[in-house]
Amino acid sequence: MDIRTPVPTIYGHFHEKYGPTWAEHTNALKESFGDAIEAILMPVESPVDMPTIFVKKDKAHELLSELKNKYSYSFLTDMTATDELEDEESEKEGIRFHLVFHLMNIESKIRIRIKIKLKDAEKIPTFIEIWPGTNWAEREIFDMFGVHFEGHPDLRRILMDMRWEGHPLRKDYPLRGYQIFLTPEPLDPELLK
Amino acid sequence: MSDTKFKNDVPLDIARWGFPGKFDVTVKQDSDDLFEDSKMLVNIGPTHPAMHGAFRCMAKLNGETIEKSYCEFGYTHRAKEKLGENRTFHQFVVYTDRLNYCSSLINNVTYAMAVERMMGIQVPDRAVWIRMMCAEIARVIDHLICVGINAVDLGAFSYFLYGYNQRERAYTLIEKLCGARLTTSYTRIGGLMSDAPEGWEKEVKDWVKETRAVIAEMDKLLTENRIWLNRTKEVAVFNKEQCLQYSFTGPNARAAGVNIDLRRDQPSMFYDKVEFDVPIAQVGDVFDRYYVRVEEIKQSLNIINQCADRLKPGAIWAEDKRTRIPEKDAVYNTMEGLIHHFKFFMNGFDVPKGEAYTSFEAANGELGFYIVSKGGPKAHRMRIRGPSFWHYQGLDPMIKGEYIGDLVAALGSINVIAGELDR
Amino acid sequence: MAKDGELDFITTRFEDAINFARKNSLFPLPFGTSCCGIELMSTLASGYDMARFGAEVVRFSPRQSDLLIVAGIVNLKMAPVLRNIYDQMADPKWVISMGACASSGGIFNVYSVTQGIDTVIPVDVYVPGCPPAPEGLLNALLRLEDRIAKGETHSQRRERARKEIQKEGVK
Repeated sequence: MDIRTPVPTIYGHFHEKYGPTWAEHTNALKESFGDAIEAILMPVESPVDMPTIFVKKDKAHELLSELKNKYSYSFLTDMTATDELEDEESEKEGIRFHLVFHLMNIESKIRIRIKIKLKDAEKIPTFIEIWPGTNWAEREIFDMFGVHFEGHPDLRRILMDMRWEGHPLRKDYPLRGYQIFLTPEPLDPELLK
Repeated sequence: MSDTKFKNDVPLDIARWGFPGKFDVTVKQDSDDLFEDSKMLVNIGPTHPAMHGAFRCMAKLNGETIEKSYCEFGYTHRAKEKLGENRTFHQFVVYTDRLNYCSSLINNVTYAMAVERMMGIQVPDRAVWIRMMCAEIARVIDHLICVGINAVDLGAFSYFLYGYNQRERAYTLIEKLCGARLTTSYTRIGGLMSDAPEGWEKEVKDWVKETRAVIAEMDKLLTENRIWLNRTKEVAVFNKEQCLQYSFTGPNARAAGVNIDLRRDQPSMFYDKVEFDVPIAQVGDVFDRYYVRVEEIKQSLNIINQCADRLKPGAIWAEDKRTRIPEKDAVYNTMEGLIHHFKFFMNGFDVPKGEAYTSFEAANGELGFYIVSKGGPKAHRMRIRGPSFWHYQGLDPMIKGEYIGDLVAALGSINVIAGELDR
Repeated sequence: MAKDGELDFITTRFEDAINFARKNSLFPLPFGTSCCGIELMSTLASGYDMARFGAEVVRFSPRQSDLLIVAGIVNLKMAPVLRNIYDQMADPKWVISMGACASSGGIFNVYSVTQGIDTVIPVDVYVPGCPPAPEGLLNALLRLEDRIAKGETHSQRRERARKEIQKEGVK
């Protein structure tokens, strides 16, 4: 069975339901942002389950706030990253990470995915003004992948010990790269000032 | 050591405890903060009994009021996302149990749904109904433990025992399904581990009847209790706007008036064929979060009854050959079966190239699996969107300006589960 | 019985009496971090009721307890904390390692997980299972009580060694 066959459990299900709305929104975005949008992948045509918009780093904040305010994709479901080492296409472009946002329309419950391509050691401004909830998500991405967010108020490690070296979810970090500390992680009273 | 001498000109207490020499307390007449210097830093956790697992919260207190706090976690980080990239899709089922371990069945079901969606597998009706029943039983026992522990933290111990007894009975039902009590690993990609035993749905219905009575009793015991109301009403309020900003989902968001329930809004499985209400409260304090959960238990019990009525005998495995685990008969008696068995468990099955975000209304909120596949038996990226991660982030603004004692109530009411938070 | 007769005889009997008292009045400290913590709760709740075996009074302070039940994962960030808590407990003290994660790392052989808490603290009884059923934990408790009665636990051995050193000096 092909991945795009529209049976209720796979991508076709939501596409049938929300297809026209998605097309409307993506076309409008294409008009207003033009070149800043690198590609738009639509379900059925490509193996994704919801429209995936690749946007350039400079215009990302603008696009996200417009999606939030104008198209009422006001609910940030998830923010994460993927490591694209060893991926042929990304290697050609020199891309290392994809920053992935999953947004949801709080009224009609439609979802959309935004992706931002990042090079290794490239910095990106923080998204905290758009959603305060990205605070920890950005810290997690920093911890796990080593992507730096400029202007983040408190960019520390979140899951790992603060003395940890390396970023565990990178593809080149070994699965069993233990690092042992003899004392508990110190807390910083400065943060409470 | 002997050359350390106490100064004679400072008061005895200060000299004894070795306070710094410059120590003056200035009382500001026009300030609310009478004792500016008496602000205290309190470290709670990581093994504090009130922190339900391994979290750490550091708070700056003014008297008893929390002025500022920050939360730390990661003390149970088990690298499940990394393991998702290093284990085959079949092997990863066991790791999903350990996400929200209070309701592992929901995690199993969601994960199976996520992979099946990517492969385009349709599961037979019986398996779907059983999965729905599993999900709702898990939701009930998760809520029971959440409200129970919340009450224990605030001093109502016997309430917890009522709920926990019912949870033990649910364990018996789950044991009949899969042999395990807590970490079930019940679903497989494209089916279920084993069929429900004969007469199982009748036992479930009996359990539902019992649980209804127990919930009514628990309701009487606590909901209108004056002490409970004083401790929970208008405490740790998190309103609608804040919920949207901090991506709250599930009962915590519904308690603040956010009308969202993925079972109703994005019906997966057969949720569009059963009838249920979505309880919504308006204020968003501890009491609302508690009461939304209690109401949800009642709704879930309704759903379980409806599912049990419609459960009919039939197949539990999808017809798809890729994910079908070979029958033991064939494995032991035929060469092809043995080879199939080895190929399946050693190499796994390939998932076509693509990416999908599959979410389901778990007990705590939206549980999502974002799977990126590059066409092999292992995922390229296995992102788990645990609701607790976002809920725990909201704790800092939630408890600002509250009493330190209410931190316990707030944390218990948002039901942060360490397995899902740290992953 | 040792050479100097009577006195030694009394000492051993006295130790037996003390061990009998100790084994029937354990004060557990539940160090529950993850899934096993829920099963530990089951064991403490009305269905299984650990109080039947003398371990009724659960204390969350390491100073007031003598049985550390490590239930669940201890990762590399948590390991020094566990060590601190163990050091804070007063002698004699016992440790039950509950579940596969605590005993050996279990299915989590990854960068962040301690491969068994016995790399951090001495463990007296291991309970297999992921998570173990409450019956398993109760069995472990009974086994521990047996070992306390015989004086075989780590803590008691340490105490005996210390006494020997006090008596005879380091050789």
